[in-house]
Amino acid sequence: MSDNHAEHEEHIGIPGYLVIFLILVFGTIFTYFSSFWDLDSIFPGANTLLALAIAFTKMMFVILYFMHVRWSSKTVWLAAVAAFFWLAIMFAFTMQDYFTRISGVFSV
Amino acid sequence: MQEVSAISGNSVPADEPKLNYINNGHTLKSWLLTKDHKRIALMYLVSVSAFFLMGGIYAGFIRLELLTPASDLLETATYNKVFTQHGILMVFFFLIPAIPAILGNFLLPLMIGAKDLALPRINLLSLYIYWIGGIITLWALMQGGVDTGWTFYTPYSTTFSNSYVMAVGIGVFINGFSSILTGLNFIVSIHTMRAPGMTWFRLPLFVWAHYATSLVMILGTPVVAITILLVAIERFARIGIFDPAIGGDPILFQHLFWFYSHPAVYIMILPGMGVISEVIAGFSRKRIFGYEFVAFSSIAIAVFGFLVWGHHMFVSGQSIFAGLVFSFLSMVVAVPSAIKTFNWTATMYKGSISYDTPMLYAIGFLGLFLIGGLTGLFLGSVGLTVHLTDTYFVVAHFHYVMVGGQVIAYLAGIHYWWPKMTGRMYSEFWGKISAMLIFVGFNLTFFPQFILGYMGMPRRYASYPEELQVLNIFSTAGASVLGFGLVMPVVYLIHSLFYGKKAADNPWMHPGLEWRTSSPPPTENFKEMPVVTWEAYDFGEESGLDLEDARKREAVTI
Repeated sequence: MSDNHAEHEEHIGIPGYLVIFLILVFGTIFTYFSSFWDLDSIFPGANTLLALAIAFTKMMFVILYFMHVRWSSKTVWLAAVAAFFWLAIMFAFTMQDYFTRISGVFSV
Repeated sequence: MQEVSAISGNSVPADEPKLNYINNGHTLKSWLLTKDHKRIALMYLVSVSAFFLMGGIYAGFIRLELLTPASDLLETATYNKVFTQHGILMVFFFLIPAIPAILGNFLLPLMIGAKDLALPRINLLSLYIYWIGGIITLWALMQGGVDTGWTFYTPYSTTFSNSYVMAVGIGVFINGFSSILTGLNFIVSIHTMRAPGMTWFRLPLFVWAHYATSLVMILGTPVVAITILLVAIERFARIGIFDPAIGGDPILFQHLFWFYSHPAVYIMILPGMGVISEVIAGFSRKRIFGYEFVAFSSIAIAVFGFLVWGHHMFVSGQSIFAGLVFSFLSMVVAVPSAIKTFNWTATMYKGSISYDTPMLYAIGFLGLFLIGGLTGLFLGSVGLTVHLTDTYFVVAHFHYVMVGGQVIAYLAGIHYWWPKMTGRMYSEFWGKISAMLIFVGFNLTFFPQFILGYMGMPRRYASYPEELQVLNIFSTAGASVLGFGLVMPVVYLIHSLFYGKKAADNPWMHPGLEWRTSSPPPTENFKEMPVVTWEAYDFGEESGLDLEDARKREAVTI
């Protein structure tokens, strides 16, 4: 397997990890302040969508750098992608309920 | 073939090796800090059996209460706690870990020809996590218990229940990590630790079943852990997730809970199917019919099992469209299970069947799982289920799958591999009596519940109309027989440890790798690295596995 400690240090190093950490902190602060903006006036659920987009970006940084997936073998990539696929199944099948109710949290 | 002569030469018990995994260290420390998968499996056996006993005692109280129409043995609030705690202990602390943690842990490295699992320390950690989760849960039960039902449905669990919801939730949450680590260990071991020549399609179907189970454990268990965490967050911080009064949605809990808990049914039954494949092939002395189909049906069950959870929610307020989709997919998931059942039956066809105790259990499994599976289709039908939801029909259905399927398979497996695990033979006579008593007791307990449910008796009530008493008396009487039948193996298996005949290395004359080492195996499993040169379930006479011949030789020797 290609992911050993020395190799990560070559790729990103301690300063690199600190940058990623700061990005995550910035994302958290940004999520907090964005919740005060009235984006729902653009379309319902826009605030939630923005918060989820920030969370997704933060998650990608964690997976790729902190969890070393970026430098890992194809098998590890497959496992990571499979986990997302399963998450997508959970969201899709749950949302098919909400989107097709007569009234529900996403109804206008 | 060198390996073959080793088998036939061992049909008569040899002297026990000086060191095996049991006598290799006698101190408490040597057990508590062991990294040997076999010792860990034995500690799981004791722990899981203790939880099974506790869950069984709760079941006894439920049946005693339902002997009469009035709520006269237990107060209704106590009854709520009793059935909840029966469910929690049985599902999370017995059904889920039983086969993977005991038989899987013990056998998987032996079956693939490895010295141990890939991550032995993680394996020990999973046992400790199981103990910690179990102790927290038991502590909560002793403090006053929980009354939400094992499903922890919101908003009752988040808003109204004054019982120890969070303490039990934490216990279950922690226990989930034990499951995840076991699954992780199995997947890594199967990928990386197979002996030379042990190709994917030479793996025993028990291993395939555990591979599929491990996928479900890893992909599903984190979701229920997070769900329980969300319940905690709502209870403590009043953040609206599931409570509509503060902006949440209670049906979201059901989606998240069943996303794990329906696949968890397959965590429980898939390893049992693996056991049944081994036992039926072994005692029919035939290569399993359609090996590849049975192997891939395990994977198909694991995958499709994730797409059907909404059939638990047809009357919950879920949309009709979602109900239709989930109903259709529920019919689809029945197909791989049916493939397995047909293939097991076809394996027995023209097989040289011997009715030893494990085989009696396996034949019982076929009938009971068939009934459990087919009644599942009733409940998966979006129209019929309106009448049957939350009735005793549901209770009967899942007990036919969980007890008639998983528990019977577990007992088949324990009896089948007991000689390997302990080096001792148990009494076949009492084994057969017990298997038949359990089969009769089980049917007497749960078949009347199908009728009760169809007649409209709801589950989770301590009282019922008088006209339903006769069937309830049948059910309670059956539970007594079932309970007696389940106690019997405890007695004669423990008896066998001290007085049982020494087991041969391969008492059933079966070809699997686990039978090609001593009974009980040495700590390192095999004296030499095994090299696999035969196909799975190769019962050919040229392999030296002629059972009748071996028995004749054994008789002459004695």
